[in-house]
Amino acid sequence: MDTTAFRSSSPTPSERASTDFVAREMSEAAIAVTGVQRSATQQDAHAKNVKAVIIVGGPKHGTQFRPLSLKCPMPLFPVAGMPLVMHHINAISKVDAVSEIILLGKYPENMFADLVVDAKRQTGIAVRYLQEYTELGTAGGLYHYRDLILRGKPDVMLVMHGNLCCDFPLQDILRFHTNVASGKHTTIMAVKARKDQAHQYGNIVADSSTNAIMHYVEKPSTCVSCDVNGGVYAFSPDIIDQIKEVFVRQLDMGVEGAIHFENDIFPKLAGSGQAFVFKFDGFWSQVKSAGSAVYANRFYLSLYRSNDPTQLAQATADGPTIVGDVSIHPSARIHPSAKIGPNVTIGPYCTVEEGVRIKDSIVLKNCHVEKNACILNSIIGWSSVVRAWSRVEGSPVGADPNNPSTHIMQKALFNQEGKLEPNISVLGEGVTVDEGRMLLHTLVLPNKEITRDHKNEIIL
Amino acid sequence: MIYTNFPYPLSTTHNQQRQRTTTMKALILVGGFGTRLRPLTLSLPKPLVPFANKPMVMHQVEALKEAGVDHVVLAVNYRAEIMEDEMRQHAERLGIQITISQEKEPLGTAGPLKLAESILRDGEPFFVLNSDVICNFPFTDLIAFHKNHGCEGTILVTKVEEPSKYGVVVSDQETGRIQRFVEKPQVFVGNRINAGLYIFNPEILDRIELRPTSIEQEIFPAMAAANNLYAMDLPGFWMDVGQPPDYLKGLVLYLSSVHATAPETLAAADNSDYEIVGPCLIHPSAKIGRGCKIGPHVVIGPNTTIGAGCRLQRCAIFEGVQVKAHAWLHSAIIGWRSTVGAWARLEGVTVLGEDVNVKDELYLNGARVLPHKSIKASVAEPAIIM
Repeated sequence: MDTTAFRSSSPTPSERASTDFVAREMSEAAIAVTGVQRSATQQDAHAKNVKAVIIVGGPKHGTQFRPLSLKCPMPLFPVAGMPLVMHHINAISKVDAVSEIILLGKYPENMFADLVVDAKRQTGIAVRYLQEYTELGTAGGLYHYRDLILRGKPDVMLVMHGNLCCDFPLQDILRFHTNVASGKHTTIMAVKARKDQAHQYGNIVADSSTNAIMHYVEKPSTCVSCDVNGGVYAFSPDIIDQIKEVFVRQLDMGVEGAIHFENDIFPKLAGSGQAFVFKFDGFWSQVKSAGSAVYANRFYLSLYRSNDPTQLAQATADGPTIVGDVSIHPSARIHPSAKIGPNVTIGPYCTVEEGVRIKDSIVLKNCHVEKNACILNSIIGWSSVVRAWSRVEGSPVGADPNNPSTHIMQKALFNQEGKLEPNISVLGEGVTVDEGRMLLHTLVLPNKEITRDHKNEIIL
Repeated sequence: MIYTNFPYPLSTTHNQQRQRTTTMKALILVGGFGTRLRPLTLSLPKPLVPFANKPMVMHQVEALKEAGVDHVVLAVNYRAEIMEDEMRQHAERLGIQITISQEKEPLGTAGPLKLAESILRDGEPFFVLNSDVICNFPFTDLIAFHKNHGCEGTILVTKVEEPSKYGVVVSDQETGRIQRFVEKPQVFVGNRINAGLYIFNPEILDRIELRPTSIEQEIFPAMAAANNLYAMDLPGFWMDVGQPPDYLKGLVLYLSSVHATAPETLAAADNSDYEIVGPCLIHPSAKIGRGCKIGPHVVIGPNTTIGAGCRLQRCAIFEGVQVKAHAWLHSAIIGWRSTVGAWARLEGVTVLGEDVNVKDELYLNGARVLPHKSIKASVAEPAIIM
């Protein structure tokens, strides 16, 4: 039996949702048995019990995502019709042997309650949110909740950052991880960055034949390597000991700070023979700014096209004109004379009147777009009203969507002359744009009424 | 030195006998290429550029005819055959004579009078007009005022808000006799400026030589010094429409004036398909789409198509233009046969030359686009698109 055939016979997420717990246990047992056999005979090992951890951070992060993060934590921001981390969860649910998904962050637990419920229902996997009492860092949180994470004795922990937009190659990472070495080792997913952008990430130098990491440096001042940390890791449980070392040392010094993989763990692992790099050349980007959310929206919509076309709006005889990849919530009402797309998501309970044009944009829940309005490269915040003939326009973020290795740079909001850099336009929650008004490259904070034109401005 | 060809008449078969006891002559100072009104004047000479669906110069010619003028001289310093052809048709239609007096080199604002002396000197007063001026042209009143004082010349003056930007005419409040001219006064001396519309007795021609001469700077001060020049207040609006921002201002004033004097000539929505707001002129051959909201102060020319759901304000749409659905225009002049894409937004005195194509969804702010261009990217700040 080869691996491909085996994977295709495993339950899909929706099937899992309907299977009961016993059936699931049995299927895991089957995987485990097969894995052992294969590792014995073909040196192709399988993880038996995988726990997935999504690091979602806290309110201190996501400031670049204002004014939207004032209302909604960035990991929960709807991209392509679902919260950003739901795309992670869906990717995780396609991996065999995942027994639990843990979201780890500093946001209040109640903010994630709905997501946890939805994720459980949709994936059939145990999901829980663990709240840090303070921002413990990417590794610190894992250490703090080590008992919960290690419960059930997982043999691999898949850890990923919540601010990613990626066609997560989790199955491939796991296979790489279980076969590259046995025991106490770490795998880091690396992506390619442009030479002029690489220094903004963690730079990884690895042996080209063994993939062993020889050098790791986080955000160097000059580019050390174009292979950069992609924020997805496979750890053996022993990683907890590595974090503990740092923790104990900090305690000895009387410091109680955050512990980060990128600064405190990976540089130490480099050259030890215990860290390997898995190189991924597919689509990858960080989602930090509102502009990158529009970019992520575009990417996840295109992923629906290949993975799950039912998520996309279909052109119908009596419906609006649909161009390219568009997601429209079933409860939204769109006039047939409107033209929507490409790369548009329209949220629940929205009303879009006649002759409206929406392109490369996200329209959040409960918005009202009146006749002949035009929305380009923008995010329209919850319950906003865009009146007739008004225009909300931004510029696309610089990244080339057809080149997976150009990532969106989180450029400064203002240029050297103190002017706002052209970016997407964003309306915060409950904003009204009066008839015929134009907003170009403008960020509007919540609950404003726009009565005149604005260009390259922030409206407080 | 020879400055000119002799003025050549455009309508020789003028045999209509006018019923008026006296007939008058007029000279319109057209001058050069009208570079200030580019890109529009790259396609047509300025006098033929439409203003409120009529060639600019015809507003003056028709008003002159009303006042009893039967022979109009257009003073130009370039040769434009298209103008000759078109003016010939207008001359025939109106039953007047139109002559083009072509300078070989520019003669300023006074020299052209001398050049056309053989036509103008017929014993009667004659009109001289700057061609860029739009107003209500009270020529009959001007004749009466002029004959009443009996002196050599009368100039129409108009009130302005900021006299410090112009040459101010200081005149006797009772009689209108002009005392002096003050160029860009730093202290208030008056708020009346030269409106560029005059009537003169033929004796003025004795003051002018056939050389480049400014009537405002060289002739008027001498006439005023001789107590031979009077000013008459121009009632109503006045605008020099020689450049795009003023063209649109002039359009607003003109349409508002028509609204007050002859509202029945303005556009009215003939059905509930679209909405008209304020004074607008829509040519009968224009096709207006469903759900449009047009006005105030919009002029739509012949054989145009305005798509569904367009919003037009303060703009001029020339002949043969196509504005596609859901476009939004404010303060724009759309040149002949241009196309404006769906959901485009044009504002800030955007001027499209002839046959320009603006793609869908673009934003143009203050763009001046030369003829036959295709615009594929937004122009957010005022720029000239070659």
